[in-house]
Amino acid sequence: MSDEHIVKSFGEELERIDQLIVEMGGLAETQLASAIRALVRRDAELANQVVDGDARIDELESDVNERIIRLLALRQPMAGDLRVAIAALKISNELERIGDYAKNVAKRTVVLVQSPAMPATLAISRMGTLVQGMIKAVLDAYVARDALAAEDVRLADQEVDQLHTSMFRELLTYMMEDPRNITPCTHLLFIAKNIERIGDHTTNIAENVHFLVRGEDPDGARPKRDRSSSTMVKPASSAAAAGTSGNQ
Amino acid sequence: MSAISSNDLPTEAGVAPVASKIRADRVSVYYGEKRAINEISIDIQANQVTAFIGPSGCGKSTFLRCLNRMNDTIDICRVTGSIVLDDEDIYDPKVDVVQLRARVGMVFQKPNPFPKSIYDNIAYGPRIHGLVSNRTDTDRVVEASLKRAGLWEEVKDRLLDSGTGLSGGQQQRLCIARAIAVQPEVILMDEPCSSLDPIATARIEELIDELRKNFTIIIVTHSMQQAARVSQRTAFFHLGDMIEYGDTEQVFTNPAEQKTQGYITGRFG
Repeated sequence: MSDEHIVKSFGEELERIDQLIVEMGGLAETQLASAIRALVRRDAELANQVVDGDARIDELESDVNERIIRLLALRQPMAGDLRVAIAALKISNELERIGDYAKNVAKRTVVLVQSPAMPATLAISRMGTLVQGMIKAVLDAYVARDALAAEDVRLADQEVDQLHTSMFRELLTYMMEDPRNITPCTHLLFIAKNIERIGDHTTNIAENVHFLVRGEDPDGARPKRDRSSSTMVKPASSAAAAGTSGNQ
Repeated sequence: MSAISSNDLPTEAGVAPVASKIRADRVSVYYGEKRAINEISIDIQANQVTAFIGPSGCGKSTFLRCLNRMNDTIDICRVTGSIVLDDEDIYDPKVDVVQLRARVGMVFQKPNPFPKSIYDNIAYGPRIHGLVSNRTDTDRVVEASLKRAGLWEEVKDRLLDSGTGLSGGQQQRLCIARAIAVQPEVILMDEPCSSLDPIATARIEELIDELRKNFTIIIVTHSMQQAARVSQRTAFFHLGDMIEYGDTEQVFTNPAEQKTQGYITGRFG
C-alpha cells in the first residue's frame, strides 16, 4: 500500500512486524545454508554454531507474536492490515519451524562427522541449496507482496519432493549393502526428511503470501511428488540387481 | 465480489439470493443545484442488517433519509431515480408519506424521546395510526414494544415517569421501542450509538441483532467496528458515490476497491 496511515504509529508497528519477519526469514535461510555447509565440509564447529543460533529465531518469533497480539488488541486492524497481521503471525510460526529443522540437521551433522563420509551428502546438499533458494524467493515475494512469485515457490517444491524420494531409495540401498552404514544413513534419512519438511513449510509461507496479497488461499491442491512414504526397496536377490528395484 | 459502477446493480456471484426489501435504482439527490449523491443503485435484503459507512459528507445519511422520504421535509432537496419498497415505488405521488414512515421507521443519532411519559412515548404512534382502539390494546403494545427493545424490566414500575429522565442508553432503547410500536417493516438507524457508552452500545447492538428476525435494518455508522459487528451487508460511500457493496465479512477482510481499503484501514486522506 502506497498510502500512509493517518495514525503514524500504527503504520510504524506494521512496518516493524514486516522487518522482523524479513529478519527471521534471513536467519532461517542462513541457518539452513550453514547446516548444509557443515554437513558437506564435515565441520562440527559450524554445526554447533547452527545449533546455538536457533535461539535467536525463537526469540524473534515470540517478539512477532507479542507485537501482533498487541496490534490486534489495541488497533483492531481491518482488511489489508488484518491480513498483514494474520499472515505475519503464521509466517513467523513457519519460520520458527524451519529454524528447528535446520538445527536438527546440524545436530545430526555433529554425529555424522564421527563416521566415514557417505556419497549421499552431495545429493543432500543439492536439495538443501534448492530449498534455500525457495526460502529466499518466498521472502522476496513477501517483501514485494507478489502473489505470482509466491505461486512459483509453491510449485518449485515438487522438485524437492522428487529429490527426497530418490534420496530415500539411495540411502536404503547403502544400508542394505553394508550394515555399518545404517547409523550414518539413518541420520542422513532424517536430514533429507528435515530438508523436505523445510520445503513444505516454505510452501506454507508462499500460501500465506498469496493470502496476504489476494485475501484468499491459492486455488487448487499443490502437486505432491514425495513418494518416500510409499517407497519400498527390496533386498537384491542377485548381484545384477545391485541398484534399486523400487516399488512405488 | 461486487465492485459497483454507479449505474449497475451489484452482481453477487456465489451468494444465495435473499429476498430484497428495498431496491434503489439510480437514486440521485440534489440540494438546489448541488448533487449530493450520484446514481446509487442498491438492493437492501430483507431481515438483514445493512450498514452504510463512509466519511462525513459522503452522502450515506442523505441516502438513508431518502428511504422513508425524510428529505421531503427539506425544501431545496430533490430526489431522482426510483426506490421500491416491496413492489411499491415510494416516490409515487399516490403514496401516503405518513403511512410510508410507519412502514419505514427511524431512529436518530441523539435519543429524542417526546417530553411525555415512557408509556405515552410508545403509545403515541399506535394511537395516531389507529393500531389500538382501547386501553387494554395500548397496554399490550406498550409492554410488547418495551420488551422487544429490552427495556421493559428496567421501566415497568415507572411507566408514567418522563421518558427524558432515563439514561442515554435507555432513551435510545425507548426510541427503538417507539419505532417498533407501529409495526414497521424497515428500521433506519442514523448513528444510533454515537452518544452512548460502550455498554449501552453493546445493548443496542444486541438488540439490533435480535430485531433483524422481524425487521429489515439499515444502519449508518461512523464506527467501522460497529458496522463489522452488527451488519451482514456493508455499503461504502464516498463523495456521493457508492464505491462498494458486499458481504460485511468480505468488505472488512478483503475489500474489492482500493478506496474502501484506504478508508477502513485509516489511510484516507
